[in-house]
Amino acid sequence: MSRIHVSTTINGDDVDYLCEAGDTLLDVLRDQLDLTGSKEGCASGDCGACTVRLDGRLVCACLVLGAEAEGRSVETIEGMAEGEELHPLQRNFINKAALQCGICTPGILVAAKDLLERNPDPTEEEVRYWLAGNLCRCTGYDKIIRTVLETAAEMRGAA
Amino acid sequence: MKFETPQTVEQAVALLAADSGARVLAGGTDLLVRLRAGHIAPSAIVDIKHIDGMGEITQQADGGWRIGAGVPCAAMGEHAGLVADYPGVVEGAELIGSTQVQGRCTMVGNLCNAGPAGDSVPALVAAGAMVRVAGPNGTRDVPVLHIPTAPGKTSLAKGEFVTSVYLPPRGARGGDAYLRFIPRTEMDIAVVGCAVNVILEEDGTVACAGVALGAVAPTVLLVAEAAEALIGTKCDDAALAACAAAATAAATPIDDKRGTVAFRKDVSGVLARRAAKLAYVRAKGD
Amino acid sequence: MAKDEFQSRQFKVVGTRVPRPDGLDKVTGRARYGADMTAPGMLFGFCLRSPHAHARIRAIDTSAAEAMKGVKAVVTRADFTVTPQDQGTRDILDNVMAGAKALYDGHTVAAVAATSRSVALAALKAIKVDYEVLPHVTDVDEAMKPEAPVLHEGRQQESVPEGYSQNVLARSQYGHGDVEAGFAKADLIVERSFKTAATHQGYIEPHACLASMGNDGQGDLWCCTQGHYMVRNTCSAIMGMEAGRLKVTASEIGGGFGGKTTVFLEPVALMLSKKSGKPVKMTMAREEVLRASGPTASTSIDIKIGMTKDGKITAAQGDFRYQNGCFYAMNGALGAMCGFAPYHLENVETVGWEVVTNRPKAAAYRAPGAPMAAFAVESVIDEMAKELGLDPIELRLKNAADEGTKSAYGPTYPAIGLKATLEAAKAHPHWSAPLGPNQGRGVACGFWFNFGGDTCVSLMINPDGTVSLSEGNPDIGGSRASMSMMAAEELGIPYEQVRTVIADTATLGQNEVTDGSRVTFAVGLATIKAARHAIEIMKARAAQLWGIAPEAVEWVDGAAQPAGPNAGKFPPMTLKEIAETASNTGGPIAGHFEVNAEGAGVSFGTHIADTEVDPETGAVKVLRYTVFQDAGKAVHPDYVEGQLQGGAVQGIGWALNEEYIYGEDGTLQNAGYLDYRIPVASDLPMIDPVILEIPNPGHPYGVRGVGETGIVPPLATLANAVSRAAGVRLTSLPMSPPKVLAAIKAKG
Ligand SMILES: Cc1cc2nc3c(=O)[nH]c(=O)nc-3n(C[C@H](O)[C@H](O)[C@H](O)COP(=O)(O)OP(=O)(O)OC[C@H]3O[C@@H](n4cnc5c(N)ncnc54)[C@H](O)[C@@H]3O)c2cc1C
Ligand code: FES
Ligand code: FES
Repeated sequence: MSRIHVSTTINGDDVDYLCEAGDTLLDVLRDQLDLTGSKEGCASGDCGACTVRLDGRLVCACLVLGAEAEGRSVETIEGMAEGEELHPLQRNFINKAALQCGICTPGILVAAKDLLERNPDPTEEEVRYWLAGNLCRCTGYDKIIRTVLETAAEMRGAA
Repeated sequence: MKFETPQTVEQAVALLAADSGARVLAGGTDLLVRLRAGHIAPSAIVDIKHIDGMGEITQQADGGWRIGAGVPCAAMGEHAGLVADYPGVVEGAELIGSTQVQGRCTMVGNLCNAGPAGDSVPALVAAGAMVRVAGPNGTRDVPVLHIPTAPGKTSLAKGEFVTSVYLPPRGARGGDAYLRFIPRTEMDIAVVGCAVNVILEEDGTVACAGVALGAVAPTVLLVAEAAEALIGTKCDDAALAACAAAATAAATPIDDKRGTVAFRKDVSGVLARRAAKLAYVRAKGD
Repeated sequence: MAKDEFQSRQFKVVGTRVPRPDGLDKVTGRARYGADMTAPGMLFGFCLRSPHAHARIRAIDTSAAEAMKGVKAVVTRADFTVTPQDQGTRDILDNVMAGAKALYDGHTVAAVAATSRSVALAALKAIKVDYEVLPHVTDVDEAMKPEAPVLHEGRQQESVPEGYSQNVLARSQYGHGDVEAGFAKADLIVERSFKTAATHQGYIEPHACLASMGNDGQGDLWCCTQGHYMVRNTCSAIMGMEAGRLKVTASEIGGGFGGKTTVFLEPVALMLSKKSGKPVKMTMAREEVLRASGPTASTSIDIKIGMTKDGKITAAQGDFRYQNGCFYAMNGALGAMCGFAPYHLENVETVGWEVVTNRPKAAAYRAPGAPMAAFAVESVIDEMAKELGLDPIELRLKNAADEGTKSAYGPTYPAIGLKATLEAAKAHPHWSAPLGPNQGRGVACGFWFNFGGDTCVSLMINPDGTVSLSEGNPDIGGSRASMSMMAAEELGIPYEQVRTVIADTATLGQNEVTDGSRVTFAVGLATIKAARHAIEIMKARAAQLWGIAPEAVEWVDGAAQPAGPNAGKFPPMTLKEIAETASNTGGPIAGHFEVNAEGAGVSFGTHIADTEVDPETGAVKVLRYTVFQDAGKAVHPDYVEGQLQGGAVQGIGWALNEEYIYGEDGTLQNAGYLDYRIPVASDLPMIDPVILEIPNPGHPYGVRGVGETGIVPPLATLANAVSRAAGVRLTSLPMSPPKVLAAIKAKG
């Protein structure tokens, strides 16, 4: 089977890969580039564990073909911290126990960061609806929602 | 399987016409799910998003709106002009999936997937929207209502694909609304969906109306009796009750994992009444 | 284990909210879960699954698949030539690879390992299975009837009376007193029947493993599991190898809730690896997770309760019929034991039934068997409270079990926290907050046993005074932090100086699975004892340096010091100082502890929920939710709260929308998250956790397990809230909108 050559940008770096036409972006990230921070919980768009940003829009990496990334820009959990410096959401997820098993955490962090960049002062309801496509089975969402709201307040204070 | 990225409508049509196993890719939120599940095995995937205009929302000279077949539903909600004219259409489009799905899914994909429960379709039908279809014989404009013919089937011929959706000029005193019933608050497929579009006389009487139901028949239903119940009224309780009764009567649902026949018929009426009320309030602008 | 483990003390580390050691890896995407591991030359393994609910496998032709380029191994049941000794392990083998019959939709019948996913999937399509489709049964009451299609011949236990299908494998009975005499004294008797649908644990991480078997008879396995020792023991029995030859490493685990206390892919991956001579990675698709792993029992339950006018229960009776999927499990017995456990009863009688059906083998799910039983019992209690015009909390307080109560399942309780949770609920502002139209408030109690079991911990004092702690239980929600905290507390050093790791099966002795809410209790206990062991050694080293008797040394605030003026005059010697000189005083220092931990301490909870019902659509909105639970001692309060919140929300999902839906043909209709509807963030309010601390006498710090009890009350809590909001009693779960609307309309 001949494979497709793709040149793209991932977390700011130029990346090239070969993929089959049917490979999803998630397959490529995980199996070829060893960027396993994006998780596969369903491969059908239902769980959000594979959430990444594609040209500035949140998408499920399992619902994008690897070939579609040509010439575009992909942001994953691996690019969220700046060097040693964690994003305030990452720091607070640890400190406020917003994760239990942590499998949903990368997707939720990527989605929450996108929300706070669009809306620095979301209501609880807005956070809940924004994250409705990110399933978490461990926490009951309580500490996740609180942490996003508290981080938003902290970031507004710092800004 | 091949992956194609045509740059023009003509190239896309040529690819689709040459290969009956080729499939159009818009947002991929239906296509890729079915591909991964092994339900389909296309010979080629034709990504139409590189074609000029596919990602654009433009107001036409007549005041109507043209929405490209590649426009992700999230972009519709971000378009203030469109939201002001067609809140119901945007509502339907924005109910599809999650934030992440919104970043990719399109109304045209929703329509051409031809699922009975597509959320963006009833409001388009209630508004009398048209789609532009490109094919080997040029382009044609088709009412949205006529695209789906059965679950999973469309009236598109070989080599044809939809390039855009057209919404008629809103004019003064028009309003629409879409409501759906799902068991959760998000991430479910509609058990019943109902869109109502109304245009009012100056005195607030309904001049014309469209009522469309989703998920209660093999394809979207345009319920003329429900619309007639509203026309000539000010959407008072009696008119709303008549509209609800007509919607319940028109629904021909099935029992499945998402709901029962009795439930879907009842809820068709409930949603018709609630959507009509909301559309009316929006049309009056108060 | 003696009951007098507990000693009251002032905690310095325990009870604080420190950051967890694995946090950074988990917020940056570095943490490696089951599917995140690779090996050089790795193959991809996939299962072929039965499309039939019940079918005899006449023949399987794998020749075409084997001939395909890139296919390195195909296995069927014929490759598993060893018959495990005990029935439980034989059932597991039958579950992971069908034998003579496929017993449910999704049952594995063959598997392939190939050089890529696409080749492996193509090979699966090339395998030809000749099935003889048999009649099937999926409903518990149907399966019990003598004329029902039979899954297994000759497995019925003697406890089952005549007149039942062979699908009824066992019957168990509990209770005391004379229920007939009790009912005779009642002013009100209510008898109701209930049904609950099967649900899935719903962990977001699908099962995954990476297996490597050499022809030297040694194997390595990496997998997401709640218990890698269980994986080792089960897989080695199935593979016919000695346990010591298989090393299992637990990956980070993306949720389990009981569903990862058994094996699914692991033996298959090992066999594929053995046959191909290459490492094989297997991951389940979500559809496979739902079709073939998990789920819970579905149930049919009858409850009869008699009460005096003032709300005293005079007699209670329950019949708990549970289908456990296609193999034996004891969920019915657990239901029969737990249902009435919160009450002090003179006369009680319960019967539990274990029934097999053409569904996947039931796996544990947080307090297995108990939530459904509580739903039935607590619903009847609520109905009686309403009928008698009594406050539902007062009524429960009047009948609540306490220290000295003979429980419905036999043992007499030591100090327990049920009344404390009820009193706290009564005093909480939630209980007295006003309600609007179409709103209803429900309350319910729940019980779970908790568990201890085999546990090993090693605690190494490093030369620089830091501490490395090895335990053998996968960290499913912050337990590494809790262990480090308990070690730091006992040693008297800062939390940051202790690092806890999960050891592989070759590094520590046998450990029970992470289940039964056992880890913070049992591993915590072993950690404290291992620390005490290390302290004894360190005291001896100090004594040696000071030239005094070891008994004359005490351990205070992380340092050895002479025990009183007579012992000698020496400045305290810190752990760090002792560690630095250890090489000269006798060599490295380590403590360890191995135990079959007992005295886990039962746990109770009381939940309150407010719901609003849309009378036109039957939609239910959860407006407010408060959990009251006894944690004994909350080592890390954040993670205790997290357990209570997570359990409550899983229960809310079970109560409202989650269910296994089977078609007429016995195939699962909703094998995906789109239609297997677990709660999403926008469905829920905040879940307010109230932790009570009634020390467990069986643990040095008073810890009780908290992981499971939280899922027991919510089904009933929601049922009571929805029934009060809708004005009609709901007796079937889930209370999906069509059911609620139908009930509202039927009431008229
Ligand atoms: C998690 C999840 C949740 C969802 N929730 C909802 C929901 O709430 N409501 C709902 O209605 N749907 C839902 N869907 C389904 C799906 O998102 C929608 O149907 C969506 O609108 C499809 O658009 P798309 O652009 O992604 O289509 P694609 O997947 O790209 O295409 C869908 C089909 O239409 C064809 N097609 C696409 N564009 C054209 C064209 N221009 N001309 C001709 N044929 C074309 C494709 O070949 C394909 O057969 C959900 C899907 C997921 C994964
Ligand atoms: S894996 Fe992509 S949404 Fe679940
Ligand atoms: S923390 Fe486990 S799924 Fe969210």
